[in-house]
Amino acid sequence: MIKLEHVSKNYGRVLGVNDISLEINQGEIFGLVGPDGAGKTTLIRMIAGILSPTMGAMRVLGAANPEIIKQYLGYVPQKFSLYGELTVQENIFLLGSLYGQDKEEIEERANQILDFTKLLPFKERLADHLSGGMKQKLALAAGLMHRPKLFLLDEPTTGVDPVSRREFWQMLYRLNKEGTTIIVSTPYMDEAELCSRVAFMHNGKVVDCNSPEGLRQSYPYRVLELNAKEPSIKRYLAIPSVMECNKFGDKYHVIVKDGAALAEVKLTLEAAGLISEALKEIPPTLEDVFVALASEVF
Amino acid sequence: MRRLKALLIKEFLQMRRDRLTLIMMLGLPVIQLVLFGFAINTDVKHLPTIVFDQSLQQDSRDLLSSLEASGYFDVKYLAASYQEVNSAVDAGKVKVGIVIPPDFSENLKHGRQAAVQVLVDATDSMAASSAISAAQLIGQLKSQDILLQQIRGFSGHPTEKPYDIRIRPWYNPDFVSAFYMVPGIMGVMLTMTMVMITSMAIVRERERGTLEQLIVTPMKNWELMLGKIIPYSLVGYVQVTVALLAGVLIFDLPIRGSLALLYALTALFILASLALGLLISTVTKNQMQAMQLSFFVFLPSVLLSGFMFPREAMPIAFNLLGNLLPLTFYLQILRGIILKGVGLSVLWPQIVALVIFIIITLTISIRKFQKKVA
Repeated sequence: MIKLEHVSKNYGRVLGVNDISLEINQGEIFGLVGPDGAGKTTLIRMIAGILSPTMGAMRVLGAANPEIIKQYLGYVPQKFSLYGELTVQENIFLLGSLYGQDKEEIEERANQILDFTKLLPFKERLADHLSGGMKQKLALAAGLMHRPKLFLLDEPTTGVDPVSRREFWQMLYRLNKEGTTIIVSTPYMDEAELCSRVAFMHNGKVVDCNSPEGLRQSYPYRVLELNAKEPSIKRYLAIPSVMECNKFGDKYHVIVKDGAALAEVKLTLEAAGLISEALKEIPPTLEDVFVALASEVF
Repeated sequence: MRRLKALLIKEFLQMRRDRLTLIMMLGLPVIQLVLFGFAINTDVKHLPTIVFDQSLQQDSRDLLSSLEASGYFDVKYLAASYQEVNSAVDAGKVKVGIVIPPDFSENLKHGRQAAVQVLVDATDSMAASSAISAAQLIGQLKSQDILLQQIRGFSGHPTEKPYDIRIRPWYNPDFVSAFYMVPGIMGVMLTMTMVMITSMAIVRERERGTLEQLIVTPMKNWELMLGKIIPYSLVGYVQVTVALLAGVLIFDLPIRGSLALLYALTALFILASLALGLLISTVTKNQMQAMQLSFFVFLPSVLLSGFMFPREAMPIAFNLLGNLLPLTFYLQILRGIILKGVGLSVLWPQIVALVIFIIITLTISIRKFQKKVA
């Protein structure tokens, strides 16, 4: 459905995206994950046809010219980009008309989509007066007016409360079930977990691309979860077999090379007079994977 | 067409909800007309005057009453010394000082030249030139009368003046400043709204990201541009109509030429200004920059177009610079149609100039606009 071959984009001297080759298939929920400035937005904008690549070849929905596939493409930018001084309904009608729909088509679809996004009670409200989460739902609704085959969302849930985030993702799942291919960028690891495939981006490059399960399996280390209150725990674990010790909420993830190191860590902790029951091995989370990938890049 | 209609509806909804801008766009013409029309008067009369009459004879009183009767000089003070005249001018209490020497009458009687000193505060050049020309004219008329009397005395029969120059100020015989100002203000106001508001409206779309949302739709570039040009052209026409109505109702502005032609040619100027606004929007990043750049166009438009200062008096370089501004030509069109009643046969060079301006500016801005979108 989408094929990128050695695509690069630079803004003057600054490299936005550096030599990316990717293939995204129909029916996927494809996640772009990475820190700020990794090139996620640039990549999405290129796929949306807003930016053209400086180098490389791109085919979106089989077309090299982005103009001819605009009809089949939906796009929700990172920043709210609808008209604040227009009501929910007016915004939706505007977008519908811009995609060439006629009045009946728009009215029917608008009702359906406002119902789907639970915005129906707010349709007369000015977009400026919506909450952050509702604004994102409106952006989603507007992007869906013309039933796109490919739906691009750039960090749609940044700054949205957890409940709205869950609702938002439920909507994406339903769309995906109806046959829409979705490409979504996100800084949240729990959202990356929800994608069918994830590309981890760093400094303009795709460092790894696989399903969440595949990414976890290719993780070369083992993760020990340590439930400890001791604030200076990192000092005790400064031993060669421990690769890294990262704080995850009130727990620590101790990264070790192999099984032999597990016993070593246990001994070290006991020697320091800490309870070793709080230590257990867990499967790596995506966050562990990305931390490892990011440090390999450096 | 459906897409364009949707864009137009959007634009009008935005205008309607932005009350302040709307009021400014439509109220500005009237406010500016009233302000400029009443306040600006280049024919300066009633200059406060101090007189130091050392002669105090019939002749000097006669001269003074002529000066006063002209309407240019209001004698406010009578001085007792030359020093007093000086200090009154210095202090700014008066603009003009008239000094008549003690031997004034004596000289006149013996057919000698009778000198009168007129001191003018020339810090305000407009007031000064009014005073100077009025004083000179009165002096000449007085001399002429005396000469004619002398000749009659010699020859014994009535004599005619050797020259008789009769001046007929056409188009505006009473020198009503408002007649000259109203068409000018219409042009200046249109420049301001069309260039500034248009450029800001487009830059605002880019700033807020709404342009990005528009670009991903199948909409064509020309639809996007027409979607901006049409609504703002309508605003321009409303402004012109409001200004003309105000001009006729408040200042009795005569409209001597064809109103239809005026409206038709206004389209050219609006298009030229919108093209300029579009160009500004393509080179600026935010609304602040767009506003500053618009002022950069607006100020020379006011100064060099002939709105306030006659272009004939400008150094050649600045005169030519004025030819780059659409307002220069539009003012000639406006004054031509409204005050002189001329038509296409006279105004075609201005039309050609505006068309050239539109073609060049629009071509550049469409090119740049596409680049920005891609």
